[in-house]
Amino acid sequence: MEIWSHEILSVIGPSNSGKTTFLRTLNRLSDLHTAFRMSGAVEMDKRDIREMDVEILRRKIGMVFALPLPLPLSIFENVAYGIRMQGVRNKHELEQRIEEALRQGYLWDEVKDRLDESAFKLSGGQQQRLCIARTLAVQPEVILFDEPCSGLDPVSTAKVEDAMVELKKKYTIVLVTNNVKQAARVGDKTAFFLSGELVELDKTDRIFTAPQDRRTDDYISGKFG
Amino acid sequence: MRKFKEFVIEKLILLCGLASIFFVILIFLFLLKEGLALFKIESPLKFLFGKSWYPISEPPRLGILPLILGSLLVTAGAAVISVPIGVGCAVYIAEVAPLRIREVLKAGIELLAAIPSVVLGFIGMVTLVPLVKNMFHLPTGLTALSGSIMLAFMAMPTIVSIAEDALYSVPKTYKEGAFALGATHWQTIWRVMLPAASSGILAAVMLGIGRVIGETMAVMMITGNAAVIPRSILAPVRTLTATIAAEMGEAVVGSEHYFALFAIGIVLFVISFAINVTADLCLHKKQS
Repeated sequence: MEIWSHEILSVIGPSNSGKTTFLRTLNRLSDLHTAFRMSGAVEMDKRDIREMDVEILRRKIGMVFALPLPLPLSIFENVAYGIRMQGVRNKHELEQRIEEALRQGYLWDEVKDRLDESAFKLSGGQQQRLCIARTLAVQPEVILFDEPCSGLDPVSTAKVEDAMVELKKKYTIVLVTNNVKQAARVGDKTAFFLSGELVELDKTDRIFTAPQDRRTDDYISGKFG
Repeated sequence: MRKFKEFVIEKLILLCGLASIFFVILIFLFLLKEGLALFKIESPLKFLFGKSWYPISEPPRLGILPLILGSLLVTAGAAVISVPIGVGCAVYIAEVAPLRIREVLKAGIELLAAIPSVVLGFIGMVTLVPLVKNMFHLPTGLTALSGSIMLAFMAMPTIVSIAEDALYSVPKTYKEGAFALGATHWQTIWRVMLPAASSGILAAVMLGIGRVIGETMAVMMITGNAAVIPRSILAPVRTLTATIAAEMGEAVVGSEHYFALFAIGIVLFVISFAINVTADLCLHKKQS
């Protein structure tokens, strides 16, 4: 399959259908599991990702997890972490990039007065947007979202979705979601996975109006899953 | 009948629980009673900060400053050696080592904990002491440094196993989060894993030090046992514990010397109590 820049590919499918594994293959986070085996190839800009330096690859391909994963640090330090790792020491530049990242994550207005507080004091939705900001701060090209809204209420979900639509102007997004409606709302293209197999991949409106495969139709209309 | 059985068992268990704390209190009271008797004769300040320990001269001079300094020097030396190695070893076991090496290492470290301290002291006496002597061209190898190295070996198992537990219980998600940002393995360990496990690691260090300061046999065998204020780590020293162990047999019951040894016991008790409380606070901070 091909993923074009500046588009949102949403990946849907029931649990255990291989969505998250697919996502983790893209940034080689699966390598951490000793039992993981990979066949085939993933290419980015025509280069096999297994030939690239894994740290550089993961900087180019950021990831946001299902549960918000703030590090046990202050809000400021959470975002600063990735930037510092790139070797930025200049305090002014650091602050500027943190503000920019937090603005892009739609979080700046809510936290600008309390950047020194622990990230655990934020609400779930805010923590998730903090994680998005943290990922953005590293200036990736692609962002992987692994069910970013599964633990959030509808209002927070809407905010995260707004952020994603805004972000696709600058980044390429792969969104794994359990929420079929979310895929319909934000995705340009949608892929349907079932039992580790890619069943169908097409433009989102085609998938939702005229699916080619019966199983896709059954899943999106709620007959199973 | 069944109810009665339940009742008896319940009370028996309660008794077991009470017994342990009851004995601690008894020991403490006995220690206090015997030790505090000294302070009718000798002022506590002179006891703690007196510079000479001549318990059987006439009149006896019972200043334990050389012993306190000896204990502190040996303990500090052991901490400087064992903490970096122990924490490094814990990081290796928890984060880097492949599964099979991890199992071997863990078993090896547990084995190290199982060696009786007198055996370690004996080995230190025939290997470490000559080594220190030759390396630094000293008249004797029975020095604080030898004691520190030996004690570092004894603290290591405690430090490694508790620190490794602390590292292991850091949520796996932290690690993945850091990796997903493009952190290298080392950056993840240094900036995420170690800070997240810091309270547990601190507790590990404190418990290791607690073990070192209470250790008697090995230090008595290889530190030289000279009750003088140590001028350097290459001088012979005598620790608080070694003093009690070496002199209790010859102290006349009811003499000043006898009471002074119990007073040393109180000092040791206070030190190790403080260390344990600190370690406990660290561990509880981790849980909350």
